[in-house]
Amino acid sequence: MYDKGKIIGGLAVFLCLASFPVWYMAASGKADYSPDPVLPVSENLCVESAQYMKEYHMQLMQQWRDQAVRQGDSIYVSSDNRTFDINLTGTCLKCHTNKADFCDRCHNYTGTAPNCWDCHNVPPANAPPQVTK
Amino acid sequence: MNIDRRSFLKLAALGLLAVAAKPAFDLISRPSAARALEGPFAGKRLAMVVDLNACTAGDGCVDCIAACHSVHNVPDIGNTKEEIKWLWEVDYKRAFPDQENGFVSEPLLDSRVLVLCNHCDNPPCVKVCPTQATWKREDGIVMMDYHRCIGCRYCMAACPYGSRSFNWRDPRPYIDIIQQGYPTRTRGVVEKCNFCEERLSDGLQPACVEACSSGALKFGDLKPGTELYDLISSQFNLRRKAELGTRPQVYYLL
Ligand code: HEC
Ligand code: HEC
Ligand code: HEC
Repeated sequence: MYDKGKIIGGLAVFLCLASFPVWYMAASGKADYSPDPVLPVSENLCVESAQYMKEYHMQLMQQWRDQAVRQGDSIYVSSDNRTFDINLTGTCLKCHTNKADFCDRCHNYTGTAPNCWDCHNVPPANAPPQVTK
Repeated sequence: MNIDRRSFLKLAALGLLAVAAKPAFDLISRPSAARALEGPFAGKRLAMVVDLNACTAGDGCVDCIAACHSVHNVPDIGNTKEEIKWLWEVDYKRAFPDQENGFVSEPLLDSRVLVLCNHCDNPPCVKVCPTQATWKREDGIVMMDYHRCIGCRYCMAACPYGSRSFNWRDPRPYIDIIQQGYPTRTRGVVEKCNFCEERLSDGLQPACVEACSSGALKFGDLKPGTELYDLISSQFNLRRKAELGTRPQVYYLL
C-alpha cells in the first residue's frame, strides 16, 4: 500500500475534527447539563403530580384553555380533588413566581417557544427565595 | 378459489352494503343538534340597556370607556386607522342612521351615543368566521377565542356596527399600565367587547356599568320578570340597525 502513513494520519485528524463537538462538550462539563428549573419553596404540590406535569403540562394547559374560554367553566378539579382557578397568570405563575428560572429554563433547553406570553401577562418578577432541586 | 359470476355479484353487493352501513349508522346514532344548547348558560339572554337621558357622554364623561379599556388592556394607538376600541361614543346620527327622519328632540339629535358590540342574537360575524374563533355562547355573549383567531377579518367586514378592531401591531407598548387580570392581545388578532365575561364569572357587573355614576348603564338577564325586561318593555327604546335582522342586544332608552 502506498502512503500508508499519510492516509492513517489523515484519517486520525479527520476523526478528531469530526468528533470535536462530542469530546469538547464532555471535557467542558456541559454534556451532562440539565436545565434545573427552580421549584417553588412555599408550596410542595403542583396542580397534578410533578411527573404528570413534567410530561403533560402542555396538554393540561390546552385543556384549561378550552375549558375556560370555550366552555366558560374556569374551575379545574385536579385528580386528587383540589380545585384551581383556571388562569395562567394568576395560578401557574402565582406558585411559579419566576418564569425565567422555571418555564424558560426547560424551554430553552428543549428549544420550545410557547407563544402564550405574547398575550398572557407575566407579573413583574418579585420572586421570593427559591431553591434548585 | 373458484367463483362464478352470480355469487361474485352477490358478494360484491353485500360488501357495498357493509361499507354503506357504517355512515348510515353514524348518522342515526349522532346526538341531536339540540344537545349543544344545554350547558351552564341555558335559558339566559344577557343584554345591556343604555339610558340616553341619563348618560352624560355629551358632557365629556368617559368613565365607562376608561374603565373598560383599562381592565381589558385595550391599547391607545393614537390614530383612527389602527385604533382599538371596545366601548366608544359616536354622534346620534351615526349611531342610528336609519332614524334620521324621525321626530327626535333637538338635544337628543345633537347628543353623543355610547356604542359597543351589540352581542347580537343573530350575529353575522359568527357566521363568517372560518375557524369558529367567534361564537355565540348560550347566555348570548358573542365570544372571541383569541387562541383560534387567524386574523382574516371576515368578522370585521360582516359586523354592521364596526364593533371589531384589528391589531395591526403589538399592542403592549401602547398600554399605559398592563392590568394583570386580563391578557393583552397580540398583533394579528381581532378583538371586541366581551360583556366582561371574565368579571361575570366572578359575580361582578361589567366594568362600564360599575364605573357609570349616572346610572345610565344597566346589564343583566333579559327574561320576563327581571328589572331589565320591565325597563325595556315599558319604555320606548331603539336598537342600532335592528332592521338588518341581527337582533342586537344593546337597548337605548330615549
Ligand atoms: C392572541 C393572544 C393570546 C395568546 C397567544 C394566548 N392566549 Fe390564552 N387567552 C387570551 C385571552 C385574551 C384570554 C381571555 C379570554 C376571555 O376570557 O375573554 C385567554 C384566556 C386563556 C385561558 C383562561 C383564562 C386565563 O387568563 O388564563 C387559558 C387557560 C389560556 N388562555 C391558555 C393559553 C395558552 C396555554 C396559550 C399558549 C399556548 C395561550 N393561552 C395563548 C389571549 C391569548
Ligand atoms: C399550588 C402551587 C402551584 C401551582 C398553581 C402550579 N404549580 Fe407547578 N409545581 C408546583 C410545585 C411545588 C412543583 C414541584 C413538585 C414536586 O417536585 O413534587 C411544581 C412542578 C411543576 C412542573 C414539573 C417541574 C419539574 O422539573 O419537576 C411543571 C412542568 C409545572 N409545575 C408546571 C406548572 C404549570 C404549567 C402550572 C399551571 C397550569 C402550574 N405548574 C401550577 C407548584 C405549583
Ligand atoms: C421540566 C421542564 C419544563 C418545565 C419546568 C416547563 N416546561 Fe413547558 N414544556 C417542556 C417541554 C419539553 C415542552 C415541549 C414538548 C414538545 O415539544 O412536544 C414544553 C411545552 C410547553 C408548551 C407547549 C408549547 C407548544 O408549542 O405547543 C407550553 C404551553 C408550556 N410548555 C408551558 C409551560 C409553562 C407555562 C411552564 C411554567 C409554569 C412550563 N411550561 C414549564 C418542558 C418544561
